[in-house]
Amino acid sequence: MTTWRKAQAERDARLEAGAKLARGKIVEARDATRLLEAVIRPGDRVCLEGDNQKQADFLARALTAVDAARVHDLHMVQSGVVLAEHLDVFDKGVAKRLDYAFSGPQSTRIARMLFGGKIELGAIHTYLELFARYFVDLTPNVALIVAVSADRDGNLYTGPNTEDTPTVVEATAFKDGVVVAQVNEIVDKVPRVDIPGDRVNFVVKSDKPFYVEPLFTRDPGAITEAQILTAMLAIKGIYAPYGVKRLNHGIGFNTAAIELLLPTYGERLGLKGRIATHWALNPHPTLIPAIESGWVEQIHSFGGEVGMEEYVRARPDIYFTGADGSLRSNRAFSQTAGLYACDMFIGSTLQIDLSGNSSTVTTSRIAGFGGAPNMGCDPHGRRHPSKAWLQAGKEADPDGPAPLRRGRKLVVQIVESFGDKNIPIFVEKLDALELAEKLDLELAPIMVYADDVTHIVSEAGIANLLLCRTATEREQAIRGVAGYTDVGRGRDRKMVQQLRERGAVRWPEDLGIDPLDADRSLLAARSIEDLVHWSGGLYAAPSRFRNW
Amino acid sequence: METFSYRHKADRRSTGSRAQAIVGVVASGNLEVLVERILPGTECQVEVSTPVTGFGAVWEAVIADFVERRSPGGLKLSINDGGARADTVALRLAQAVRVIEEEGR
Repeated sequence: MTTWRKAQAERDARLEAGAKLARGKIVEARDATRLLEAVIRPGDRVCLEGDNQKQADFLARALTAVDAARVHDLHMVQSGVVLAEHLDVFDKGVAKRLDYAFSGPQSTRIARMLFGGKIELGAIHTYLELFARYFVDLTPNVALIVAVSADRDGNLYTGPNTEDTPTVVEATAFKDGVVVAQVNEIVDKVPRVDIPGDRVNFVVKSDKPFYVEPLFTRDPGAITEAQILTAMLAIKGIYAPYGVKRLNHGIGFNTAAIELLLPTYGERLGLKGRIATHWALNPHPTLIPAIESGWVEQIHSFGGEVGMEEYVRARPDIYFTGADGSLRSNRAFSQTAGLYACDMFIGSTLQIDLSGNSSTVTTSRIAGFGGAPNMGCDPHGRRHPSKAWLQAGKEADPDGPAPLRRGRKLVVQIVESFGDKNIPIFVEKLDALELAEKLDLELAPIMVYADDVTHIVSEAGIANLLLCRTATEREQAIRGVAGYTDVGRGRDRKMVQQLRERGAVRWPEDLGIDPLDADRSLLAARSIEDLVHWSGGLYAAPSRFRNW
Repeated sequence: METFSYRHKADRRSTGSRAQAIVGVVASGNLEVLVERILPGTECQVEVSTPVTGFGAVWEAVIADFVERRSPGGLKLSINDGGARADTVALRLAQAVRVIEEEGR
């Protein structure tokens, strides 16, 4: 006889085993590893929560301590491979297979373990793509999540760092999985309910507050003149002519420079209210001067940012906040906003090839993708028009009939032609291809595909790939902004000159910009301390960024 | 340590009357440029001293572009490099010419 409740019965058996260690839903910290041994079965798909910001670090440590004879061959399906423990579970034989999105801090070790065959790799995803698979073919059997506080019914308060939690819980709890939460404290009543208690099976109070990385904090003191020049080029050469109002910024120093130039250089160009009003963006401290100067109307965030809590709480007209007053972030929704409701993504990268493919992978480092490829792509499901989107579409296809012409998302890569240690950003062949060969991957890890990228900005100028009609024109436009790299010096001077005349390449002088004006005095804030002043003392910079 | 010396003819003689100027600092990723108004006519000379080897072709291209764009006739520029990137070198050279062309200081 067919039974339709096999998964429910299995979940109930796990819950019964776990209940022996719990009082109600509460489990003592010292019993955390035993709890995991009780509810996780060999071969399970396990989501250990953690992204580029918050980490279920206590549960990660508990998982590394399980008896590998009982818990083994796990298939980890998680946003981030960020903590040492995320890889320790593979070294200890607890986990075997991995599907993930981001591995910034572990990029070197994960590369070594992949080469050594220690990890069976499913795929490297974007956040939204991995979330999508949670509902189709990578649904977790067990989710190990993290929140700020819980009540005794299991209602969770995630505070400003809600991030991935609702998505992970949705996929697990409604498909007969088990949800275990680590929390900083257990309270009588949570400040707001971010996760309803009937979706949470066990709660463990961790020995110390969970870790959050201030990944989106950029010290204005470290912004260089070259980065300021790229920011001036982007504002005058892209934001202004397309009238880009809805956008997402990456985490690099170039985009931080743009944020700090809005109230100075942008103001001087008369762009206030005409560009950069609506954002899918984390609470970047470097956006404070623009917000305080009245540039910004609304921001939805993927996650929180350490130190920005009180500032956000005091600016509810700008940010999404809950009934308790604090930020409500949600990575899945903000990624969706970045995909469908933004007219531009602008971010940095480590390598760009002659077609415009870009990658942050080098042969010894695999940093994963995070959200960039999702926002840095042209969504073919988009149906609503906007000035920027229509104008970009027209540039790509000037002769097509307007009512049938798709618009284009502006996907901008902003770089300096030479990166760290004088390593050229522009290359003939991406390291990602070599890596794909070495690891026998069917797909090279490309951050932004050539057919999605519309503009490349460097200190040498802007390449508008929408205006390039042939592969050769594209290559020469890229060479035309590749500065003094081998790729740049290998350009066909005559052809680049023709591309400049058509506006497909624009050098600083073509935009009326003198590189000598790219001065740090243009930055609305020149230090973290300046940002604190701009915020009226509300921004509490993390100690590692304080030097006063 | 590598040294290079380049001689060019500029389009025109640099303006202003200052005899010399210094911009930048010798620090990692940065450079110092000493500029002196000591050459006749539209002659220009650039001396490079760098701790990073193997970038001869890049120096040559940066300096050729600099002479074409900023026309530093009559100037000798001496670069004490701290491993700066090409775009930083181009910027400091341009700054050096701007400072020596400034009047009244």
